[in-house]
Amino acid sequence: MIKRFLALLLLAGVGAIFTSLLLAYVPDTDLNLTAHYYAQHAASDIGAANIVTAIVITYRGLDTLGEVTVLFLASSIVGLVLSFGQKRNTIQRNLVPVGELLTTASNYLAPIIMLLGVYVFVNGHLTPGGGFQGGAIIASSMLLLLLTDPFKQFSHALISTLESFSGIAYVALGLIGLLLAGSFLDSRILPNGVLGELISAGVIPLIYSLIGLKVGAEFTSMLASLSETEDL
Amino acid sequence: MSALMTALAIVLCIAMLVAALVAIQVWGDKSLPIAVLASGLVSLLASVLFLILASPDVAMTEAAIGGGLTTFLFFFVLARIRSWEKGESEYSGDKHD
Amino acid sequence: MIYIAMATGFLLILIGFYGALTNRNLLRMIVAFSIADTGVNLVIISVGYMPGRTAPILDASVTAANAIARIIDPVPQALVLTAIVIGVGVTALMLAYALKLYEKKRTLDIAKFTELKW
Repeated sequence: MIKRFLALLLLAGVGAIFTSLLLAYVPDTDLNLTAHYYAQHAASDIGAANIVTAIVITYRGLDTLGEVTVLFLASSIVGLVLSFGQKRNTIQRNLVPVGELLTTASNYLAPIIMLLGVYVFVNGHLTPGGGFQGGAIIASSMLLLLLTDPFKQFSHALISTLESFSGIAYVALGLIGLLLAGSFLDSRILPNGVLGELISAGVIPLIYSLIGLKVGAEFTSMLASLSETEDL
Repeated sequence: MSALMTALAIVLCIAMLVAALVAIQVWGDKSLPIAVLASGLVSLLASVLFLILASPDVAMTEAAIGGGLTTFLFFFVLARIRSWEKGESEYSGDKHD
Repeated sequence: MIYIAMATGFLLILIGFYGALTNRNLLRMIVAFSIADTGVNLVIISVGYMPGRTAPILDASVTAANAIARIIDPVPQALVLTAIVIGVGVTALMLAYALKLYEKKRTLDIAKFTELKW
């Protein structure tokens, strides 16, 4: 009872701070200087129709590199922590075998969902979407395969090879930008093209495809590590 | 038109707050799977609210990652813990490590 | 509409913190943290919104010439994109630790983990 009362007291204090922030907030009527610059120059400098994509990949590209690193760290730690102290014998679980209807339906649906994910990250510079959303959709299709067949084992070697290759290629593209175009992760090493076409905006579609593959591989490896924990 | 959007936003916000209260066990049923489902509902309603606030990229990300993957991760861990509980309550003897 | 979304975001943060402070089951605490995460993202997005303007994507109706007068601030959206993905990474990490703790101690009650107390 005392603990609940103290928690409510603390939250009332934090709530008072939030209320003062809310009441003192005056919304802008015009774009501020940074957004003004991005809105004016994104189409001519970068050539991407989706301004948020242009910001995430080129203007604030180092933040995206940091986020990809954090996600890589999280998925490796999950794999490490869950496999610590496990014996290397086969997984024994007494589960009911799945019927043929479910297996056939999931084998038909999984490539279609993967195609949707690939579409989302290839068109990231034209429509809302991008690497992170496409990678999550690809991981959902792998999740569907994992749910319908509980004995399925993903080959960890393939997933980690795909993930490492995408990460190295992403940093290599950034270094090529440093050599050829003057700054790290510059997207102008390929030509900008016409606004709104698929092959445009320099190297942005390539980078987003690599990020999509890497994020999809990382989420899949997290799910595969969770599903391979043994029974006690 | 704008009044309709504001009314929709108010309805979504009230639904989000009710779902959040269910998820932390203050109101409604007290079982853990219902709490996890309520948090998935909060993510889904937040994704629609992001769309009303003119951010389609963020709405897509929140729907795919928040509403899909997080809810599934919770249910996976919950199912694994339940099967361990059931396994050890049927086991009557000394456990060797 | 900005004030409605911002107030909802702040209330979600408070509800999440209350859930994390008063529950004793580990999984309920992780659910409460996930709700607080969603609240923070909602507050950041509501700061960038301007009434009467539309999403920052150039197409036939929002051309490159009149983009300055028609679009909202794109920087908070880029920040929240990163924040959502990192939030799910941290949640997955917390769940993996909860699984390992249950395996070693057979309980999810946080009051029973007393090895670090003096």
